[in-house]
Amino acid sequence: MSMDAIHYGVGRWLHILSGMMWVGLLYYFNFVQVEALRRAAADTPPTNAGIMRHVVPRALAYFRYAALATVAMGFWLLADRAPDVLLFRVRAYIPIGIGAWLGLIMFFNVWVLIWPNQKKVLGLVAASDDEKARARRVAFLASRTNTMLSIPMLFFMVGSGGMFRASLF
Amino acid sequence: MKNPLDSLWGTVIAGLVLTAVLYLLARSAMGG
Repeated sequence: MSMDAIHYGVGRWLHILSGMMWVGLLYYFNFVQVEALRRAAADTPPTNAGIMRHVVPRALAYFRYAALATVAMGFWLLADRAPDVLLFRVRAYIPIGIGAWLGLIMFFNVWVLIWPNQKKVLGLVAASDDEKARARRVAFLASRTNTMLSIPMLFFMVGSGGMFRASLF
Repeated sequence: MKNPLDSLWGTVIAGLVLTAVLYLLARSAMGG
């Protein structure tokens, strides 16, 4: 197997595999967990404690490390073309550049906005009730922003090899 | 005004609109 086959074959496979875990868990949080936790907290007595204790930390761990793996594999794929892609120096790279920037914004949201605020919500770091309420809102909005950004991100990731090409397949 | 990200449909529609806007921008930047 040639080095190119490993780079683009195995690299793309691992990039998409980790990306599926990342965005899959993102969709789980947004389409399933937020509403489920709201309903569980409204039960009498509340039934959300088990989810918060056993599900959320585990899901968040796979979520943030899948994000890290996705970005790492993405940079491996771009390799020495990363500056041309990220600085939009080459016209043909514009679609993948847009996809890469959307992915990087999402990665920033995961590690800088979602995870530090979720640590307060989960009680892994000390926080007052007010700080927890604010942290919950920031993490929620960052997560919803990522759900929104995932739609064009995937379009441009797929489009760079699809509808932006002169000939399909 | 209500934040569209507070609703799932608002989030999905905002994502689709952003996709369309970025697509037009990309096509224009690539020379149509």
